[in-house]
Amino acid sequence: MTIPTRPDVSVSVDVAAPVEHVFDVFTRQMPTWWDPDHHLLDDVVAMDVELRPGGTVTEVDAAGNRCTIARVIAVDPPARFAFTWDVSPRWEVEPDPARCSEVHVAFTALDDRNTRVVLEHRHLERHGTGWEGMHAAVGGTDGWAVDLRRLAGVAGG
Amino acid sequence: MATDIAGFAALADPTRREIFERVAARPSSVGELAAGLPVSRPAVSQHLRVLKDARLVADEAVGTRRVYRADPEGLAMLREYLALFWRRSLDTLASVAEETSHDHPDAT
Repeated sequence: MTIPTRPDVSVSVDVAAPVEHVFDVFTRQMPTWWDPDHHLLDDVVAMDVELRPGGTVTEVDAAGNRCTIARVIAVDPPARFAFTWDVSPRWEVEPDPARCSEVHVAFTALDDRNTRVVLEHRHLERHGTGWEGMHAAVGGTDGWAVDLRRLAGVAGG
Repeated sequence: MATDIAGFAALADPTRREIFERVAARPSSVGELAAGLPVSRPAVSQHLRVLKDARLVADEAVGTRRVYRADPEGLAMLREYLALFWRRSLDTLASVAEETSHDHPDAT
């Protein structure tokens, strides 16, 4: 494993859709673009997003089990959405807020029909032991890049 | 040699070894593996990545699924690495036997 040069990851994608639509799909239709293998629960049927600072992002599976994986930091439609990343390097829910990183997503209209999404996963070092593995996972080809590509397909398709 | 050691290091983790054994028994997707283990899908993915880097598993796209299977390449490297020591042991045994027979020509 290569040692990360900095603890932040930045991934972007251009989506062939208006910025309001892309923001909406990102925040309200998460299960449509979130890679199924990136969920902590199996068979996730919904992701409950409380769109307000302090709200939570919760996976819900077919049996009704719930798993909160994030807390909302900022909601500024259609330009910005930010949330904590409450997942440990062992890929379980991280109960200690001091050991959670942050995901900041910026939505910028390139024109009336095209949007650039820039996702920055910041402060990954906060996860402590094993954070480099988390960095490699979210920043690698199987990480956020997969989810954003799916987002572009769903929102721009 | 580094790759040989990566294989042994990859198998040192009990959960990863369990995943490897399951994949070796039957090619599986991340979801199938996670369903039978007390770890999440992303955790399984990360273990598979380490196993893949060590050439112990290979993956291929089957429709929309990604299926993981054991990679004979990495296993062969591990076997060859161990065989090296086995050969050395036999060589040592042979030389010891020769020396012993030289020292004690009457011994059978």
